[in-house]
Amino acid sequence: MALDEGLKSELQKHGVFIVPFEELYNWSRKSSIWPLQFGLACCAIEMIAAAAARYDLARFGAEVFRATPRQADLMIVAGTVTKKMAPNVVRLWNQMPEPKYCIAMGACAISGGPFKDGYNVLKGIDRYVPVDVHIPGCPPRPEALIHAIMTLQRKIAGQHLETGAKPRWYDCAATTEFPMPAYGAHDLEPPANREIWQPDRNYKGVTIDEARELLKG
Amino acid sequence: MEAIEKIKEQVVAAVPGAQIEIIPSTPAAQQPALLVDREHCFAVAKFLKEDPRFQMDCCSCVTGVDYLASGFIEVVYHLYSMALKQGPVILKVRAPRELGQCSVPSLTPLWRGGEFQEREAYDLYGVKFEGHPDLRRILMWDEFTDHPMRKDYTPPLDYEWEPTAHDETLARARAQEGIVPPSALVEADKAKKK
Amino acid sequence: MIQPLTEEQRFQLVPGPEGLIETQQLAVSIGPQHPSTHGVFRMDCVLDGEVVVKLRPVMGYLHRNHEQLAEKMAWLGSMPYTDRLDYLNSMANNWAYALAVEKLAGIKVPERAEYIRVIMAELTRLLNHASVIGFMLQDLGAWGTPLLYAFREREKILDLFECVSGSRMMCNYFRFGGLRVDMDEKALGMARDVVAKFPKFLDEFEQLLTENEVVLARCQKVGILPKELAINGSITGPMARASGVEYDVRKVDKYGVYGRFDFRVPVGAVGDVYDRYMIRVLEMREAIKILQQALRDIPAGPHVAPEVKVRNFKVPEGDGYARTESPKGELGFYLVSDKTGKQPYRYHVRPPSFINLTTLEDMCLGHKVADVVIILGSVDIVLGEVDR
Repeated sequence: MALDEGLKSELQKHGVFIVPFEELYNWSRKSSIWPLQFGLACCAIEMIAAAAARYDLARFGAEVFRATPRQADLMIVAGTVTKKMAPNVVRLWNQMPEPKYCIAMGACAISGGPFKDGYNVLKGIDRYVPVDVHIPGCPPRPEALIHAIMTLQRKIAGQHLETGAKPRWYDCAATTEFPMPAYGAHDLEPPANREIWQPDRNYKGVTIDEARELLKG
Repeated sequence: MEAIEKIKEQVVAAVPGAQIEIIPSTPAAQQPALLVDREHCFAVAKFLKEDPRFQMDCCSCVTGVDYLASGFIEVVYHLYSMALKQGPVILKVRAPRELGQCSVPSLTPLWRGGEFQEREAYDLYGVKFEGHPDLRRILMWDEFTDHPMRKDYTPPLDYEWEPTAHDETLARARAQEGIVPPSALVEADKAKKK
Repeated sequence: MIQPLTEEQRFQLVPGPEGLIETQQLAVSIGPQHPSTHGVFRMDCVLDGEVVVKLRPVMGYLHRNHEQLAEKMAWLGSMPYTDRLDYLNSMANNWAYALAVEKLAGIKVPERAEYIRVIMAELTRLLNHASVIGFMLQDLGAWGTPLLYAFREREKILDLFECVSGSRMMCNYFRFGGLRVDMDEKALGMARDVVAKFPKFLDEFEQLLTENEVVLARCQKVGILPKELAINGSITGPMARASGVEYDVRKVDKYGVYGRFDFRVPVGAVGDVYDRYMIRVLEMREAIKILQQALRDIPAGPHVAPEVKVRNFKVPEGDGYARTESPKGELGFYLVSDKTGKQPYRYHVRPPSFINLTTLEDMCLGHKVADVVIILGSVDIVLGEVDR
């Protein structure tokens, strides 16, 4: 719902502030995102540097890095996710209460990164966990992480409660717990979570199932 | 450190029956190694550790190497002496590649430092170290069955849809059911147009 | 998986004030996500009350098969990957790998490059020791203050690295036979500036920490590592020197131009956590001495050996091992080259953090579980190196 700006400024002159409930709610949530202290590899050091004195993440409300997932609402997956670690990442994600967000920081968390050709490397955390913001880089500079937090804040500000598509956490029917992969004899089982991760479309915009159909007929 | 031939003489004199061979390194590195047979390698290592001329009290590096063409897996030990500040003395032991016979005696009872490194060689190469106090997998999960650093290991294909796959990955993708590389789509398009 | 405790282990009868009391041991898994495990490292502990009875480290959560990747790439292609081994000290890892290949192929490095390599390595040592002390104090409960001080100094050194090599952390600066680009006057000026201001920071740091009664009470006589066990367990670096082992690869091998510098090697007496902290502080002071000498004596000249090819670089057949004193310990590379010589046939890293964990259980037995965290902090591990 869009308020008339003229009316707003007129009232402000008299000291009366009007704001839609949704905007106030989203503003309070986006200004106090608490990340989970979850550094895996090299990107974790840049995350700590972003929280340190020079790049100061506390200005954006993300001051307190919680050690336990029960108290955090942002999981910054910083570093390579290996197949041995993947069940633990998904378990941590499940333990976080809604509303929760995930940032994939660095090339390794997005798609496996420089270690893509690896028997123990999970090719991107978005195979098992829904990711909101991806940060490219190896490692991304602390300013890039701050930019990602700001992008996430814009995303949170744009989530509607009353109208439009409800976000996952507001929708009682949506699932918030994702299945954990198990250690198999050669690979994780299952290798990816099909409901969250659909393989990309190719350069012609065709998905793998459509491609199979094309080849048949 | 003395010349490698003199070291070999002293070792052969101290451990009778040991078959030792000298293997040269690159000409520039000047680090020749002593290839010891499996039966005597523990006795040779014990001699090198306890003899006052050598006093090799630190086993710095344990490596497994897979020589696929020659049919054996080699375990290389780099020994240093912290007391006399000399080294390295390099020992090599070979074992056949078949999983049932791939075992060498463990040097962990002599040097505690080899504990984790021998476990890693077991995990990644499948070499069993007899006499190791706790031989388990260390880097991969326990339910994993392969030995990934061997030269004939093929990793699971979990690229799924990879538009830029080429050469070997593309060939394997074609062989696996259900994966369609883009070049095949281009051909299917052309076939449809005709 | 943690093994379930047997009946005997779980329930024991101990004498109490009024007859026998039934006690129980507790199996706890610390990690892999934990604020103080310095990365994804897991320890399976069995506790009797708060006292550690058994401890088993579990690693492999960051195993990124770096060695297998190097076997598929050309020799120079794995230089950026060595940055990511011990990701706090990328320059030190680069040097160890470059040294190993130069040893195999018999390449001589020009003087200026050697001096710049020493400058980069010692700056990395300053950076690493300050950060490690910061992280250890964070584990002690000093909620961020020493860490933020250490990171403030780290940022100045990272600015210099960015000026010289283009990247803050993953520098990829060393090449076989020298360096990628030369250090110009502006960068040398920045280095001199950092070195001039560092002693004041160290004095401030020491004033906060060295005689702090909390640090003294919690770190002395905790996690003692006896000298014989340190030697037998191949422990190297500040951890071994704190236990009384007088061994520094810079003094023994004299690789690079370290033979020309006048510096001392601090050695500890007791081998507890406090000794390791003091050894790191003293090593920082010695590193400043080396830096002052290197910055004073640096000659002019080429920054890379001109006869080394970048494309089609081949190494003769054979194997070789070279090691350096990285801030964590003895970092070595064992490389095997086959007949073609275009890429490594076998590439193995001798990781100091991995091997320094061998005696973790021995150091922690009998201590409380809160001390385990500090002992792990003083071992100074980086998981990129432990798991490769």
